[in-house]
Amino acid sequence: MDLNWNLLLQLLLNGVIVGMLYGVVAMCFVLIYKSTQVVNFAQGEFVVLGAWVCWSMIAWMELHFIPAFLFALVFMTLYGVIVQVVVLRPLVGEPIISVIMATIGLSIFMQALMNWVFGNNAESFPDIFGGWKIEIGGLQVEAGYLLSFVLSIVVMLAFFWFFKYSRWGLAMRATAFNQQVAASLGISTRQVFAMAWAISALVSAIAGIVLGLVNGVSTGLAFIGIKVFPAVIVGGLDSIVGAILGGVIIGVLENGAEFVDGQILKVGNMYKVAPFYVLILILMIKPYGLFGTKDIERV
Amino acid sequence: MDGMSQIAPEGAAKTDDILTLNNIEVVFNDVILVLRGMSMSVGRGKITALLGANGAGKSTTLKAIAGLLETEDGAITRGEVLYNGADVTYVPADKKVRNGVFLVMEGRGVIQDMTVVDNLRLGAFSRPGANTTKEIEEIYEFFPRLRERTGLAGYLSGGEQQMLAIGRAMMARPKLILMDEPSMGLSPLLVKEVFGIIKRLNKELGISILLVEQNANMALQAADYGYIMENGKIVLDGPAEELANNEDVKEFYLGGGERRSFKSVKSFKRRKRWL
Ligand SMILES: Nc1ncnc2c1ncn2[C@@H]1O[C@H](COP(=O)(O)OP(=O)(O)OP(=O)(O)O)[C@@H](O)[C@H]1O
Ligand SMILES: [Mg+2]
Repeated sequence: MDLNWNLLLQLLLNGVIVGMLYGVVAMCFVLIYKSTQVVNFAQGEFVVLGAWVCWSMIAWMELHFIPAFLFALVFMTLYGVIVQVVVLRPLVGEPIISVIMATIGLSIFMQALMNWVFGNNAESFPDIFGGWKIEIGGLQVEAGYLLSFVLSIVVMLAFFWFFKYSRWGLAMRATAFNQQVAASLGISTRQVFAMAWAISALVSAIAGIVLGLVNGVSTGLAFIGIKVFPAVIVGGLDSIVGAILGGVIIGVLENGAEFVDGQILKVGNMYKVAPFYVLILILMIKPYGLFGTKDIERV
Repeated sequence: MDGMSQIAPEGAAKTDDILTLNNIEVVFNDVILVLRGMSMSVGRGKITALLGANGAGKSTTLKAIAGLLETEDGAITRGEVLYNGADVTYVPADKKVRNGVFLVMEGRGVIQDMTVVDNLRLGAFSRPGANTTKEIEEIYEFFPRLRERTGLAGYLSGGEQQMLAIGRAMMARPKLILMDEPSMGLSPLLVKEVFGIIKRLNKELGISILLVEQNANMALQAADYGYIMENGKIVLDGPAEELANNEDVKEFYLGGGERRSFKSVKSFKRRKRWL
């Protein structure tokens, strides 16, 4: 059989780059889960909303890309806080199922709202790169992908710094460990919760805008919210590093499956479901995911 | 206005007590009444011991003072907490910490998946802009053995975790430390060490201390004044020395008291009240 190995390499490279972006969205999801114990089923919608807000600033307000981008980040940060305060704060202490229903409701509400405001059609961002691309060892990397790669790295480093060195980052980790202990140290858990949603929404917006630049914006972009589940479950629900690796694994698998499917099996669209098969396999072997916590047991 | 200022400036309080509880009632989940008219006070610059059997409500008392009942769906339903003469009954926990009230929780509350240094840094959370690097050095002077522990706090021994918990409290520069069973699970030698530290905090740093203990012997030796609680309220109080010599206290908490006759009415009554 005559396989196109160059295509395989190209797909794997794309897989890593796209996977890192999945990882970034997965980090947003894990951040909220870890610090507030909320499973955010509206994660994908946060990504799309960020992209739409940036797009509308460019298309409707005729802003340049950079100001529109910054506006979208500020807007989404505030949006995250508002969602936490209005939707989730009243549910503190309620059963987990109520909280899950609330975030599913939020997801449906946001979808409907975005359809209403931005319509059902896919829209594309103006081409800010002018088709610019670079070549690395014979492989093509489009500017959009390069930007995605760079921003993913920047976000990951920022997360790392924030949680390791900043006062509020430590406070969020303390809250994730034990809310009462955190409160006893003088940390306001309310502020921590609001901050977790703010950061998550902000970073989701970055991911959404990058995706929008490459693929255009549409409600369908929320698919990334679904991709995030295998990523975080593979990585372990409460591990930020796991989220990144989970994202990369899913990205690579997807593209690997596309290759196998396109070149060998020719089933069509297999790449869309492959990650979920892998997910099931991994969970059978490691129920807590690759990086899920086992608590330190020491008295 | 009634003359009593809302936030009494430090030292302006009329009494010598840094903390006073008046008739506190605490209810969990809207139905479980745990404190039933708890009244006590903590002298400024003093060590006050709060003793009592398991389930008496000692930890609940400390959480009520620190404002930490909310996370357990508990609430103060009656009575008042006065700190420096000001009513702080419903002041949230983070504000209380900023005002100088710090609880070292039962089981130490050390953040296991963080390093010793990060735990200490978090102690100063209520004081943004604090030079934590320098202050952590001061903590190491107090607890030299923490300096060598560079790993996660979860891997420290019980004694080291207790030291860390106390060091972390010091980072908040508190005026009143509430300490919940610091000797829990420690060997006798370590218990002595921990009590020595508590006395140093009190004598050298002038921190007032409310000390909850099962180890009544040690607690009454260290304390100036003591309270004994049972079933959600105080049943006996007095200067620590007096309590340590009280026959009933001896028999119930200190051990080694000679067996007393059940026919002794006074003792029998008190006994029943305590059980
Ligand atoms: N969150 C809670 N919800 C319901 N009941 C509680 C709660 N916390 C404490 N209680 C009850 O209140 C009573 C007092 O508990 P508390 O922890 O204050 O006792 P304690 O004196 O500290 O005991 P110990 O010496 O065992 O630590 C117990 O009967 C306990 O079951
Ligand atoms: Mg207790």
